[in-house]
Amino acid sequence: MTTHGAHATDVLLRRSLRHIRRSPDTIITTAITPIVMLLLFVYVFGGAIHVGGGSYVSYLLPGILLVTVASGIAYTAFRLFTDVSGGIFERFSSMPITRSAFLWSHVVTSLVANLVSLVLVVVVALAMGFRSGAGVLAWLGVLGIMVLFTLALTWLAVIPGLTATSVDGVSGFSYPLIFLPFVSSTFVPTQGMPGPVRWFAEHQPVTSIVDTVRHLFAQQPVGNDGWVAVAWCVGVLLVAYVLAMRTYRSKVA
Amino acid sequence: MTTTPAILTTALTRSYDDQPVLRGIDLSVPSGTIFALLGSNGAGKTTVIRILSTLLKADGGTAVVNGYDVATHPARVRESISLTGQFAAIDEILTGRENLVLIAQLRRLEQPGRIADDLLARFALTDAGRRRAATYSGGMRRRLDIAMSLIGNPPVLFLDEPTSGLDPQSRIEVWKTVRELAGQGTTVLLTTQYLDEAEHLADRIAVLHEGRIIADGTLAELRQLFPPATVEYVEKQPTLEDIFLAIVGHDDAPTNDALT
Repeated sequence: MTTHGAHATDVLLRRSLRHIRRSPDTIITTAITPIVMLLLFVYVFGGAIHVGGGSYVSYLLPGILLVTVASGIAYTAFRLFTDVSGGIFERFSSMPITRSAFLWSHVVTSLVANLVSLVLVVVVALAMGFRSGAGVLAWLGVLGIMVLFTLALTWLAVIPGLTATSVDGVSGFSYPLIFLPFVSSTFVPTQGMPGPVRWFAEHQPVTSIVDTVRHLFAQQPVGNDGWVAVAWCVGVLLVAYVLAMRTYRSKVA
Repeated sequence: MTTTPAILTTALTRSYDDQPVLRGIDLSVPSGTIFALLGSNGAGKTTVIRILSTLLKADGGTAVVNGYDVATHPARVRESISLTGQFAAIDEILTGRENLVLIAQLRRLEQPGRIADDLLARFALTDAGRRRAATYSGGMRRRLDIAMSLIGNPPVLFLDEPTSGLDPQSRIEVWKTVRELAGQGTTVLLTTQYLDEAEHLADRIAVLHEGRIIADGTLAELRQLFPPATVEYVEKQPTLEDIFLAIVGHDDAPTNDALT
């Protein structure tokens, strides 16, 4: 990005962060679904789930963090949709500013909003008994993988944000992403699943990301999972970025 | 007034899914004038505006704005124009003042706060300036929208149906603003489906019908296309607009002097 583009991105970023400050409910709503899941699984189903050593809340939290991001990006798509359908997008596009600044401001806003929601969820988990002896490096590792994951899903969310024709279409796309963790190692170990389901669970991105974060929290070696997780995030990020940019260009001539 | 037109299009064409919308548009808008593109819904008015403001590519033909070709120098064109689209392009979550400051900052102007306050005063929005734009009436939104377009004094202004959905008073306010702008040398291309708007406001009028310009000229020139006027004696009845403005006590009722 040129300094020109950086300036416009900065101005537009401050604009959409102001939007979030004026409707903090979007952050709360984002955090509510994962927090309810956390409560439900720890206090209702948790007694019947055996995951080996350690508390269930510590086992569950990594997957719940992914659910948080998956529900958070629905607002990313919604904010984009609001701008595009309202006309302010055309105003920005016809102004002498770097055109990609508009998208970047929304992407960075999504990152900030999701990180705040993630902090909320971690605080609730701590209150419920989540403990980790992870050091600074391991926490940075968790942060890094969550940032990558958020960026990947954010660029994915840009596509419906730009193309949707109704609010329903915008928010609908994130539901499958919220349910993907159910068929993974998020809630129960994959060993108990029947053959094809287990194969899917072990080969979809959520399991490798969840296992990586779990190992980091538990101060265990991350092993191969770490690379697989990073590869998935970067892969989805690149594909989503290219598709989102292509959609964007077709939108602004 | 310079001799180079501010906007010049030749044989502009555009189709959507094999459905031709523009079938060869030739327009020449002299600098500093108000040009009205008149047409019914679906005539292609918005498509012309979108091509001229670099939001849409033409399939064929050329379009030059302020001396720059929209296809080859879109960034230069964007430095020369401002667009006020059909739907008020304002940020509803921000206040009126914040909307203006935002545009001034994006245009990298000095003292964005002062620019915003000046425009709020000019468009009678000072009291509303600290309220969120979502609470504004239709007329206030449109005024804010146009005020945002004036930031940075672009030489060419596109107004796409600037008065649709406005009450008569707001409509007259918009007309007044447009006249002032043209008086200061800004070239204004506006689209409208209201005949009286084109008649009251425009120096030149082009009639767009089914993707073609079927008439283009000053009001006097267009009048000559029709059979000579016959003299009839009729009682001059006030129009409903005259009555409305008289009873709501508006002091800026339209007079017929704009026609002479």
